[in-house]
Amino acid sequence: MMLASHPAKRISFNRTIGDGDLVIVYERHDNMKAITVSEGSVLQNRFGVFKHSDWIGKPFGSKVISSKGGFVYLLAPTPELWTLVLSHRTQILYIADISFVIMYLEIDPGCLVLESGTGSGSLTTSLARAVAPIGHVYTFDFHEQRAASARDDFERTGLSSLISVGVRDIQGEGFPDEFIGLADSVFLDLPQPWLAIHSAAKMLKQDGTLCSFSPCVEQVQKSCDALQSCFTDIRTFEVLLRTYEVREEKMESIHGDSNGSNGSLPCKRRQCSDGNYVLSSHTSSVMARPCGEARGHTGYLTFARLKCSS
Amino acid sequence: MCSENKEASSRITWEGCSVLLDINDGDRLVFARLSPAAKLKIGNKNCSLKPLIGCPFGTVFQLDSSSDGPFLSPLQPKGNVNNTEEIKDGQLNGEVRDNRSLIDNNTAQSLTGEDIEDMRRQGAKGDEIIEALIANSATFEKKTSFSQEKYRLKKQKKYAPKVLMRRPVARSICEAYFKKYPLKIGFLRVDTLSLLLSMANVSSNSDILVVDMVGGLVTGAVAERLGGTGYVCNTYLGQAPYSMDIVRIFNLSDEICKRILRCSMSDLLSQKESQQQNLLNDESQSNDQMNVLGGIEEISHSSENAISDLGAENTTLPALRACKAAKAGEKASPEVVDSWKENGFSSLIIAAPDVDTWTLVKDLLPLLSNSAPFAIYHQYLQPLATCMHNLQLGKMAIGLQISEPWLREYQVLPSRTHPCMQMSAFGGYILSGTKICSS
Repeated sequence: MMLASHPAKRISFNRTIGDGDLVIVYERHDNMKAITVSEGSVLQNRFGVFKHSDWIGKPFGSKVISSKGGFVYLLAPTPELWTLVLSHRTQILYIADISFVIMYLEIDPGCLVLESGTGSGSLTTSLARAVAPIGHVYTFDFHEQRAASARDDFERTGLSSLISVGVRDIQGEGFPDEFIGLADSVFLDLPQPWLAIHSAAKMLKQDGTLCSFSPCVEQVQKSCDALQSCFTDIRTFEVLLRTYEVREEKMESIHGDSNGSNGSLPCKRRQCSDGNYVLSSHTSSVMARPCGEARGHTGYLTFARLKCSS
Repeated sequence: MCSENKEASSRITWEGCSVLLDINDGDRLVFARLSPAAKLKIGNKNCSLKPLIGCPFGTVFQLDSSSDGPFLSPLQPKGNVNNTEEIKDGQLNGEVRDNRSLIDNNTAQSLTGEDIEDMRRQGAKGDEIIEALIANSATFEKKTSFSQEKYRLKKQKKYAPKVLMRRPVARSICEAYFKKYPLKIGFLRVDTLSLLLSMANVSSNSDILVVDMVGGLVTGAVAERLGGTGYVCNTYLGQAPYSMDIVRIFNLSDEICKRILRCSMSDLLSQKESQQQNLLNDESQSNDQMNVLGGIEEISHSSENAISDLGAENTTLPALRACKAAKAGEKASPEVVDSWKENGFSSLIIAAPDVDTWTLVKDLLPLLSNSAPFAIYHQYLQPLATCMHNLQLGKMAIGLQISEPWLREYQVLPSRTHPCMQMSAFGGYILSGTKICSS
């Protein structure tokens, strides 16, 4: 279960891994895997063979050892970890876009949210967390098999009571009439979002919010054009993350022939070319620098708010 | 801050409700509490906020004058669409006008200030004054359609100010403070706040430990996401809790307010709850009252920053008294504190610019359940780098990462799409990770 349906079900010092639980097996920050614990099964990877039965009864966050002495960590699933391990049936949204979308759409517990397409369910999982425990996400994809796989995933992550997956071509048919005037927010990730905007406007409550995610600026241009008639507060953003690496580095430092050495550091006297002695010492300090590679573009996020007709 | 559930989730304002007023497209942002007596000064005119009660959020009001003085009335959406169409046509047809013959000698406008005052006295509406200004401008017709629109907008801001009434939620509150008073929220940008909430897995039925030295913004945002389930434990060093006055700006229901609790760090770190702490309790409560009042002072003093709590100046005090029943930030009872100690918190968020990050984390991390995520905000990189390094050495957490969000807004217009000329170059750093079992 990814979300606690009850306070007693949340992670705690006293909750341990049980048969049937979903765990995230952490090898390294860039190598994780989702596994459903099953009494008789084993996990085999480059670190050796891990018996699931050894995991049962251990707390989440435990380090477990393989037959060869290798180790992995077993983590409780969260939407963030899930985004890193889910099977990519489509291009997916990542944490920076997901977080911003939820904040900017002003989604909170109890909201009714419409989404299309479902894709691999990366955003859907975070939407479900945001509307829980009493809201609901209705997500639509025109690809039947993709919808079925998403349904399986939501079953596995324990979110199926918060998410309904429908098979529907939202660009062609619009959202179902049963949602007219009921949606707090609508999220569109479609190749031609402008075709769905009129329907989205009908679904939204007064002052309701819409977001359209598009990788290309031409799509944004057409969407913004289509938004003009019923929406206000139309704003387009790009959000990216820069990550940093942190290292402790030893560096030599040279002090002029002062006697103010700072004691504890290993020092030596060294003769300079001009014959004077200077004090040189190694200092080590923790330093950070941006990682060399980063995702340079994901997509443009266009937000809008249904005009008020008071 | 406190109200009936029904009202708090409402999209229509009520008496006593908190609102964000956006005057002339963000030129001025004002937090106010609606009451029949509350007044807002726009330009040199004082107008009542009474007409705003019972209107949907998202309504735009226009300032008009009558014999009884200035008043705010809801603006019907109209005209705008046509203007946009004209501009688009202008672009599509290829603009032929340009600014080669415009001379800036201050003679283009033939109406004088006195003429305009006369019109006003005769009861002319803002829109009529703008039309008159355009009709009497010698250069308006020679302007490009784009700069005509700019001219119209400039005159509208002066002669027919508009007030947009927004819902005060984490997004709008964070944006307003970031724009007008960023120091108060430790320069925490809205995308950074959104990442903190995700990275700390803030979800219903969780108990979130928060160190909030950014005025209560993080506490309010977490409480909003918990929706009246779980707890936000707002913890502090020493005897006096940190100011939480931004929490009052959210329209949080009683149910949600009850879920915001305070507990000193020494109480959280001590082995057992004792009788003594109940005595300290009363003391810290009164301390806290002073903090809240101090916060109001601070807000109203900063009115030159154009962000203010109008209610504070006029009518907040009775409103505050009315909702005392469920004040956010009560002291956590010994039973609740013990349950936190027994189960561990579900996650941790720190936004404490003035406390050493590593020493805080070293003490607080053991209070988290195993496998609990955490997210730490700082506007400087070094404290986070040091903290990350120490966590790695101590094998206390995995999945450690320092991230810096980057946010760029775009102007999207027919044939004129490009990134906005001005952007915020910095939104802060976040250290995130997951606590593991100590071996």
